Amino acid sequence: MNKPFTPSSASNTGLSSTGPGGDTGPDKSERAGRRATIDIVNASLGRRYRAERRFRFIGMSAVVIGLAFVAILFADIIGKGYSAFQQTYIRLTVDFAAEVIDPEGTRDRAVLSDANYLKLARDALAARFPEVTQRADKQALFGLLSPGAPQQLREMVMADPGIIGTTREVWVLADDDADMFMKGRSTPIDIQRGAGLASLIPVEGGADDQIQVLSTANDFSDIMSDLDDFRTEDRVDATSPGAQEELTPEMPSHLVAINGGLVKVQQATSAAVIGTLIKPLATATDAQPGQWATMRFGTPENDRRLKDPVVAWIYDLGEAGDIEKRFNSLFFTQGASREPELAGIAGALMGSFYTLVLTLLLSFPVGVGAALYLEEFAPRNWLTDLIEVNINNLAAVPSIIFGLLGLAVFINFFGIPRSTPLVGALVLTFMTLPTIIIASRSALQSVPPSIREAALGVGASPLQTQFHHVLPLAIPGMLTGAILGMARALGETAPLLMIGMVAFIVDTPTGFLSPSTVLPVQIYLWADSPEVGFVERTSAAILVLLAFLAVMNLAAVLLRRKFERRW
Amino acid sequence: MSSSVLLLALLALMAVAYYAGVKRAVSAAGGPAGIKHLHSLPGYYGFYAALWAGLPALLLLGLWASLQDNFVLSLVMAQMSPDLVSGLSDGQLSLLVSDIQNLARGNIVAGEVTPAIQAAAADYGRLQDLATLALWVLALASGLGGLTLAWLRIAPTLRARNRVEGVVRVILVVFSSIAILTTLGILLSVVFESLLFFQKVSVIEFFFGAEWSPQIALRKDQVGASGAFGAVPLFAGTLMVTLIAMLIAVPIGLMAAIYLSEYASSQVRSWAKPILEVLAGIPTVVYGFFAALTVAPLIRDLGEGLGLDVSSESALAAGLVMGIMIIPFVSSLSDDVINAVPQSMRDGSYALGATQSETMRRVIFPAALPGIVGGVLLAVSRAIGETMIVVMAAGMSANLTWNPLESVTTVTVQIVALLTGDQEFDSPKTLAAFALGLALFLVTLILNVIALHIVRKYREQYE
Repeated sequence: MNKPFTPSSASNTGLSSTGPGGDTGPDKSERAGRRATIDIVNASLGRRYRAERRFRFIGMSAVVIGLAFVAILFADIIGKGYSAFQQTYIRLTVDFAAEVIDPEGTRDRAVLSDANYLKLARDALAARFPEVTQRADKQALFGLLSPGAPQQLREMVMADPGIIGTTREVWVLADDDADMFMKGRSTPIDIQRGAGLASLIPVEGGADDQIQVLSTANDFSDIMSDLDDFRTEDRVDATSPGAQEELTPEMPSHLVAINGGLVKVQQATSAAVIGTLIKPLATATDAQPGQWATMRFGTPENDRRLKDPVVAWIYDLGEAGDIEKRFNSLFFTQGASREPELAGIAGALMGSFYTLVLTLLLSFPVGVGAALYLEEFAPRNWLTDLIEVNINNLAAVPSIIFGLLGLAVFINFFGIPRSTPLVGALVLTFMTLPTIIIASRSALQSVPPSIREAALGVGASPLQTQFHHVLPLAIPGMLTGAILGMARALGETAPLLMIGMVAFIVDTPTGFLSPSTVLPVQIYLWADSPEVGFVERTSAAILVLLAFLAVMNLAAVLLRRKFERRW
Repeated sequence: MSSSVLLLALLALMAVAYYAGVKRAVSAAGGPAGIKHLHSLPGYYGFYAALWAGLPALLLLGLWASLQDNFVLSLVMAQMSPDLVSGLSDGQLSLLVSDIQNLARGNIVAGEVTPAIQAAAADYGRLQDLATLALWVLALASGLGGLTLAWLRIAPTLRARNRVEGVVRVILVVFSSIAILTTLGILLSVVFESLLFFQKVSVIEFFFGAEWSPQIALRKDQVGASGAFGAVPLFAGTLMVTLIAMLIAVPIGLMAAIYLSEYASSQVRSWAKPILEVLAGIPTVVYGFFAALTVAPLIRDLGEGLGLDVSSESALAAGLVMGIMIIPFVSSLSDDVINAVPQSMRDGSYALGATQSETMRRVIFPAALPGIVGGVLLAVSRAIGETMIVVMAAGMSANLTWNPLESVTTVTVQIVALLTGDQEFDSPKTLAAFALGLALFLVTLILNVIALHIVRKYREQYE
């Protein structure tokens, strides 16, 4: 389409296509020139249509990429977070021994409160695993219990001192590492039933707890293939076919579950393995095919927080039905904590609640008032123009700047206590005010002038016109704007970091002046925590935050639908 | 807490005043039958009385509550023996002050409690109690006084509606000037602290220095006590992250807007657009989490697979996620301007035989370009001011580098880093944050003004 498409050339091309002869020199070149336009167009059509399709495809892929980002974002967060709504509990048979809780028998509440509940919980766990005797092993075993478990026992006793001296079954909180394991975030476990007959032979010259397992079938091929994968260069010459090979903590762990015991494999050949017993055998007889199993923990032991014996204990608890995941109500009732399994969002939610309520109380009347004045009363002069430009600019000022304002003016100059919902609400008010003013003005603009004229015509004063007639018609639109502004304020983090709402606050705030944090800041703090357990808590807190935002946005949409009026 | 009780008391007083005013007006007019002799509706006399009772007292309360603490503190400090206060740096002084306050409130005290501090704390507590008592007396007195005054002035000839409406108008004017006051407050606070900063660190060093290490010595003789405040690495880091974000957001946002407005069926449009807009409603801290825990490790692993050395907090991860965040911003602004191009221009182009994409590229896009540029500028300003994503994913080390796989830091990250936790308002470290804030505010302000101007001018062109 480089040449202009003129009428003369159009008629010429019509002629030239009819003339059959005339392939002579000058005529030919002239005719070629005449044919040019339609031919150029036709010749370029394919290219142009390809370009069209390409353009269309690029546009479609842009939309698809955008939608894919939404999908990936949500899938990632839901995938990481859904498991936090469950929490692992361990069933213990706790002996509420009177000599531990209340040796004097006074039943004094102070004594009951100070008693050593940690010992109760540990004793119960130790009784569950009598085979664990080594000091280091015991420490690892007690690591299964959350620091919240003794607290649970204390609350039970405080609620009902009558249980002292009795033995009860209690589901206590598990530690976050055990919790992560139960949620499959520690290591994958493959269990294969043994295909051959397994026989147990004590290892000659080995330690007491060492044992050799022989199988008549090819049950240890997994171990051999792992060994092949992890065999390092310098070990190649040391290995000849059939020789014993050592398993290292850098490779997946293998265990053999046989006769009620567990053997951690240390050396293997294709027909036999040698390992240590991490759970004693019930009998030493041969195990029939299908009656024993090999287990493979996919993540190498060195990359795990839970070592093989602990995994074996949890597996054992699981076999007995003594460990299970339940709905995590703590997540919604607890405040912040350094322990992932005890950390909840209740404090942050209350902080967000107080902050938002105050923000709404401050920003909605001011925003509506300002919109009313600017839209209905203000004379058009340089001052109102300045205010207009100002409001539009404020809406685009980075939120962190409002944090600086809050720090310098509210905290430093006016001496409002930091970390409180009050100062947070003031900052968020200034931040959301432009949004609310802009939304309120457009709501006022949508009320037809005839309403005002009619009201003024029957003798209402200008203010009566506005407050009695215009405002009631505009209020749904204003509320929609306010809800959207509140949704933005609910998700805002950066300015609140400046005014001290990042403090670690365990207590649930009780008012506008008690130190608190808010949900997004809690998310930020948790995201910074090194414990793996906090990743799912963070994602779950994000899910809660997104749920609130979705509800607010939905409310705004519904409000708009319900009260939308076409004049 | 006592001021909120006082607030409730004053509100109750206003309610009482309202009813008293209505009663008084009706009885002054000679009972319900005589209401027609009143200048205004009885309710206005109620509001008149309530305003007289509440407004002066509320203003007093607000002023008092904001100034009482500073005033009492200065009184206490003035009374303290000079040998206790003299020779203290500002930081030590503020520590002393917070000790006194904590002691008076019965909280845990950081420093050593000497008898002098004990006395000052007792003094502080006593003065605070006195001030609070005085506030109560004064506020209630002014409330009751106002009520009496209104009671005396209410007569059938009182133009109550006009008076009340006058006050309401003044309140509305005050409300709308809050926007100006906010800007003024931002400017003043940022400029004031920045001036203090530039007294300690030269402007040239700040804007052109290439080294940023704002450590401030705890002791005077510490090594590297001065700290370096050259902000060029921060500006460079901000630019790089913004650039990466724009490289993601502008093509995708623009092409998505074009496709949705020109090609997509109305069905596709009606669900694809809201889903894209969801990206705009997600809080930035969520993007930060996504960037730090999902995208950054992914990029690192990818880089390792390709044999590249990728930092675990790379500019690329932060920029990429920021770009995703800005996509709906660019696409909805572009959508607006594309739709604002008159249909006649499209029809003219089609009539000449141009295909849809040719019309788009050669006719509509040039016509919409100013608006799109304006939208992109607004997006740039958002990217520059975005905080949480970079705080969580871009890192703290002030590297001056062109490599997007390395960790960089940005202006907003440093503001957060300098200001979270305890601050002293006299150290250059804290003040530097305000200087950075000033730079950030000015740059985004200029971008916004230009962008809003372009967008508005462009809209007018086709209206």
